[in-house]
Amino acid sequence: MAPRGISEAEEAREYHKIELFIGNLLRGCVIATVIVVIFGAVLFIPSAYSVHPAYHTFRGEPAAFRSVGGVLALAFTGDAKAIIEAGMLLLILTPILRVAVSVFAFLYEKDYLYVVLTLIVLGLLLFSLSGGA
Amino acid sequence: MHLTLGALDGILFAGAVLAGFLGSLTGLGGGIVIVPLLTLGFGVDLRYAIGTSLITVIATSSGAASAYVREGYSNIRIGMFLEIATTIGALVGAFLGGILSPGIIAIVFGLALMYSAWMSSRPRAEHAPEHTSDPIARKLKLPSEYPVNGEMVKYGVQNVSAGFGLMGLAGILSGLLGIGSGAMKVLAMDHAMKLPFKVSTTTSNFMIGVTAAASAGIYLSRGYIDPVLAMPVVLGVLLGSLAGAKVLGRSQPKTLRLIFSIVIFVLAIEMIYNGATGNI
Repeated sequence: MAPRGISEAEEAREYHKIELFIGNLLRGCVIATVIVVIFGAVLFIPSAYSVHPAYHTFRGEPAAFRSVGGVLALAFTGDAKAIIEAGMLLLILTPILRVAVSVFAFLYEKDYLYVVLTLIVLGLLLFSLSGGA
Repeated sequence: MHLTLGALDGILFAGAVLAGFLGSLTGLGGGIVIVPLLTLGFGVDLRYAIGTSLITVIATSSGAASAYVREGYSNIRIGMFLEIATTIGALVGAFLGGILSPGIIAIVFGLALMYSAWMSSRPRAEHAPEHTSDPIARKLKLPSEYPVNGEMVKYGVQNVSAGFGLMGLAGILSGLLGIGSGAMKVLAMDHAMKLPFKVSTTTSNFMIGVTAAASAGIYLSRGYIDPVLAMPVVLGVLLGSLAGAKVLGRSQPKTLRLIFSIVIFVLAIEMIYNGATGNI
């Protein structure tokens, strides 16, 4: 539905602008992830000569690596592995950001049915990100 | 094994570049071979492998979507509506992943690999878009238009409830196995909802990242996502798929596709065998 007073052509242009914005957002997030991960990888080089942990038995990550807050807190102390993990969090956040932007896009189009549908998806994603608690 | 961390990451990076490159050249996606590569190739525990694969799937989906969105093929309404099914499915899948034994998960993984290999070997003819849509589709404003040779062509959307159900199943598999479930999503959109090929491919790609993100949070909290494993795999697959896209654009060479399908089929049998004998 076009907002009142806006022609169909203008609506299409606005819609295209939103799509371009989403495209740039995704690209920006992926590039930012790569930069953060490479930065962490460089800091990690000194520990690269140690014998790798036994990945064939599952022990699970330490508690600090199991929540968004924990990873970020450790990353800001300069911990190389936590910085790499923060890059992974940024990657997980990318599709979530995309859904969040779509809420505003549908709000702009006054398509309230899709505002609600998109909010449901966003809610499910945030539920998962909080660890399903 | 007495590999140093650096050596392990180096080998994983090389494997991931190859997986991403082949996955992108053949259109099968690189994520699907990450779990067999880690478990069968490096003896990594299935849970770490699934966590790593899930992150890789998000990376390739977001990377590709940034290009697709601009072309105007993907249908954001269809994607968002079906996301409700896939995200709920992904949460259910992640929950099942916490209670099923690795052996059973490995067997299901093998079957999903076989299905992907089989689906990809079938021709995907571009069917003429129909204007008829089922009533739910019209109510949800799903029918849209897409560019064909520079002109906008309208298409209808059918069997919405069947598509929604299949998407729920795709979500469960994605959350359980840490894969994108692209083959199942294509089944829902191509075959059930009768969407044009380009619309279903790009919309499916849009959805894969969101679906994977829905179980990634749960897996993070369970400690499945290891930075040292994920780092080389994510960077490698991103680089490989970027290179694959540069080399051939969108064309999918038949012979290479067949070879990759056979590789996937063999990996599937190995996954099932190892799952059944309790080696995973």
